Amino acid sequence: MKITQLSVFVENAPGRILAPCRALADAGVNLRALSLADAPTFGILRMIVSDWQRAAKILEESGFSVKATEVLAVEVPDRPGGLSQVLGALQNSSVNIEYMYAFPFGRGEKATLVFRFDNTDAAIATLQSSGINLVRHTDFEE
Amino acid sequence: MTLQSCVSPSSALDFVPRHQLEQLQLARLQSVVALSYRNVALYRERMNDRGITPQDIRSLADISKLPFTVKTDLRDTYPFGLFATPMTEVVRLHASSGTTGKPIVVAYTKADIEVWSSVVSRSFSACGLHQGDIIQVAYGYGLFTGGLGAHYGAEKLGATVVPTSVGNTDRQIMLMSDFGTTAVCCTPTYFLHMIERAEAMGIDIRKLPLRAGIFGAEPWTEGMRQHIEANSNIKAFDIYGLSEIIGPGVGVECVCQNGLHIFEDHFYPEIVDPETGELMPEGAEGELVLTTLSKQAMPLLRYRTRDITSFHAGQCDCGRTIRRIRRIGQRCDDMLIIRGINVFPSQVESVLLAMEGTLPHYQIILTREHGLDQMKVQVEVTPQLFADTVSGLEAMERKLAQAMERVLQVRVQISLVEPRTIQRSEGKAKRVIDRRQS
Repeated sequence: MKITQLSVFVENAPGRILAPCRALADAGVNLRALSLADAPTFGILRMIVSDWQRAAKILEESGFSVKATEVLAVEVPDRPGGLSQVLGALQNSSVNIEYMYAFPFGRGEKATLVFRFDNTDAAIATLQSSGINLVRHTDFEE
Repeated sequence: MTLQSCVSPSSALDFVPRHQLEQLQLARLQSVVALSYRNVALYRERMNDRGITPQDIRSLADISKLPFTVKTDLRDTYPFGLFATPMTEVVRLHASSGTTGKPIVVAYTKADIEVWSSVVSRSFSACGLHQGDIIQVAYGYGLFTGGLGAHYGAEKLGATVVPTSVGNTDRQIMLMSDFGTTAVCCTPTYFLHMIERAEAMGIDIRKLPLRAGIFGAEPWTEGMRQHIEANSNIKAFDIYGLSEIIGPGVGVECVCQNGLHIFEDHFYPEIVDPETGELMPEGAEGELVLTTLSKQAMPLLRYRTRDITSFHAGQCDCGRTIRRIRRIGQRCDDMLIIRGINVFPSQVESVLLAMEGTLPHYQIILTREHGLDQMKVQVEVTPQLFADTVSGLEAMERKLAQAMERVLQVRVQISLVEPRTIQRSEGKAKRVIDRRQS
């Protein structure tokens, strides 16, 4: 159920995202999902790849600070209301969303939402009881 | 390492009874003052101005009658104005890097080189090194006194010298591993860089025969020592010196690592008030002033080192009778005045080392905005520091800024940067970029 996402610290300056992406590209690692959180002086590049252990090693060897984080990914219909269905399921639970990002995953008429919750296990229980489909890490494999 | 292991025959003078040492100091002081008065115009004129002659130096306390010498005197007399012997007697010249204007030139006779070699050899001895040790000298060789000073001292000790000089760090580490180097001499920041490179090369520096580092040429903190020792499994010793006086080997820590012994038979130390020049009471902090007691080519009388320290009371557990000064964490020349408040870069280092997960790599950037000084400290984000959320990283920035403000009493802006982006130094680390004068 849980998906391992990699986060990389980058300075908020022109060209800084290129280096980690290039390190992965040179090693033939394909980014399946990507998002950038930005603060005034730095950014956090978050990504999902099929083989996260290998990607983490490549990034660390290239000198980056890398963190592996557990996130959940859910599939929703790619139409208006898709996201609100999920958020509605969470409304009455105590879990809190720390951040989220969305991307069309190319799996038919579906979009994928990635969530970082403060309590991943509670979020799994809540979402599953509402019949929401959680994506497995193996689904990110090419 | 036992106390007995930090003694070699050349160390005998470290242990002479004080009264005997003081007799030797007085005899040497009288002759160096006479030599300086006779052969150096600057000293003669200044002593004449004060109405004193070499005959007025009858006791060690009379040294306070002599005028001070300062760094600008060396610049003003560039290149050879302070030499006390003819050039035919001078066998070596060294010079400071001189980032602004003319460098400072220093000279040595054959006897001066012999003295220098002996004090460096005594320094290594105090750190527990002896014949049979393999000493890798990773200070720069050349005009800088570090490389050749350590080299001659190590040879005099009878150790095996590996003169790698600075740079080419991967090869340094390969040789360290292949040769079984037991001691390394360099700046503490360069050794930090070696630890990082060794790790990247897959060499565990803790498992090498390396057991001692003799680090100097820049001020470093006790926290930095602990960091180095914990990450390399060596003993890290502080060696003190300055080119003007002789180079490395003016003073050194012994195996007790509790203050630096000054080789008082060659360098007479005083501690004065940096503002007034008055002698400080015993044990009080002030500026270190040194007189070279045996140097011939370029004697320096009461030289203001700009280094802040104090004398250690009592005798050291190692039994050396020569006095100790506290480690120098502050150099007057390093002091920054930010919004009217005195700040030393070493304070930033101590805060970083006290914090979990930070590395002692930092850079201070000073700017002026709307007439107000701004201090920014760049800190590398290590994997331990890195939080996956923006709020987590911002909290880290705040925590660091608050810790620094408590110690520095100045507002600090923390700027998180990627690992290994702050330039690693091979010589003296460049800690401060001051853009206020532009």
